[in-house]
Amino acid sequence: MSKQEPNAGAQGTWRVKAGLAQMLKGGVIMDVTTPEQAKIAEEAGAVAVMALERVPADIRAAGGVARMADPTIITRIMESVTVPVMAKARIGHFVEAQILEALGADYIDESEVLTPADEEHHINKNKFKVPFVCGARNLGEALRRIGEGAAMVRTKGEPGTGNVVEAVRHLRTVMDEVRKLQTLDEDELMAEAKNLGAPYELLSEVKRLGRLPVVNFSAGGIATPADAALMMQLGADGIFVGSGIFKSRNPAARARAIVLATTHYNDPKVLAEVSKDLGEAMPGIEISKINQAEMMQTRGW
Amino acid sequence: MAPRVGVLDLQGDVAEHVEALQRAGAETFRIKRVEQLADLDGLVIPGGESTAIGKLMTRYGFMDAIPREARRGMGVYGTCAGLILVATEIDGSSQPRLGLIDMVAKRNAFGRQRESFEIDLDLPELGKEPVRAVFIRAPYVGSVGPGVRVLARVGEKIVMASAGKHLVTAFHPELTEDPRVHRYFLDLLGKS
Repeated sequence: MSKQEPNAGAQGTWRVKAGLAQMLKGGVIMDVTTPEQAKIAEEAGAVAVMALERVPADIRAAGGVARMADPTIITRIMESVTVPVMAKARIGHFVEAQILEALGADYIDESEVLTPADEEHHINKNKFKVPFVCGARNLGEALRRIGEGAAMVRTKGEPGTGNVVEAVRHLRTVMDEVRKLQTLDEDELMAEAKNLGAPYELLSEVKRLGRLPVVNFSAGGIATPADAALMMQLGADGIFVGSGIFKSRNPAARARAIVLATTHYNDPKVLAEVSKDLGEAMPGIEISKINQAEMMQTRGW
Repeated sequence: MAPRVGVLDLQGDVAEHVEALQRAGAETFRIKRVEQLADLDGLVIPGGESTAIGKLMTRYGFMDAIPREARRGMGVYGTCAGLILVATEIDGSSQPRLGLIDMVAKRNAFGRQRESFEIDLDLPELGKEPVRAVFIRAPYVGSVGPGVRVLARVGEKIVMASAGKHLVTAFHPELTEDPRVHRYFLDLLGKS
């Protein structure tokens, strides 16, 4: 038998940061705004919750500047569940991130759902011990975020719409670009790095692995169990559901159904079964009806 | 003949365990339904969220089927979340568990994510080179009953133990390239 002294280990290493995301795979991360909602999410089988002051649909409706949530909300949610608790910081707002790290949030989402604080630079996530997840619409954006230290990626979709079309577009784009990379000659990689605006070393790693070097969830518009299974079949490692649960008629039942659909995404019989009797889904928004200035997915550089 | 080992594929780092088992020399299967357990020599319960995996296991009949197959002779290896689910007792929780190893599991016992760590763990049974052990919001084993072998500790905390063909680690050998812990599990399966 062996015995080792505690606290001799290394904290905040890449393996530890990316590793937590690997533990979340095949699971559903749910937006919550109260300890009660967090408990409903955990009870339904969520692998983590995202602690927010308002879900994206309400942020969209309210307009104005959306910021990091009040620390009291995040702390109360952390005290109410045992699953990991994530929280959002504005793009480029490294002080909000410092505050979230001090609070003990398990993952920070540098998120386009909030109003960006910097229109040129994202947070230097390598400086933090706590891991970050960032949004991306394509491979170049994903690799830029990973280059800055993101240990997990999520395709953006269009948050708060209950419309899965943008989530599909962004995940397909990333998967297509990864597949295309496999067909390129080694000699063509630098030009492709330039085209995509992606760091060469990371692009080279994606070519070697045949996938992103970190876990990639799908987000932004998922409202039904079928939506979740669709994104899983398209190649997502897991699912973020924002407004889709607590803006629906029966959040507990819908949350559970989305969890089951994410596990059994390849089994249409299970999907048919879990899709029954869920009550009304959240009201959806047609993307073309959204004012260009109110699109969240275009935030991030 | 290579041992037939399943990885419970409800949620968690399933692919990483499949790859680690293949490196160690097993024939692997992803297990989504209880019928698939029938002729396995071993089963891995991966890292993930223990509450989420536990609920899915209950819903799909694994809480009864896994102990039944274990009585038939199937060995079970639980990492992290899997460690919690394999225990007879979970400190401060009444969530369902398999009760395959007589021990008390303590959840999130090293702290939140920022306290997660990796460390070189001396495991003389696996050879001279230490094992790089990755602990992510890890549990540990508070105490064990008779017949349970403690294989490693960090400080006073038990982080690896075995009983018969069953094995638990609080850390994630599947996140490194080192196949020795998975090979150790395959060796346990070979013993009668």
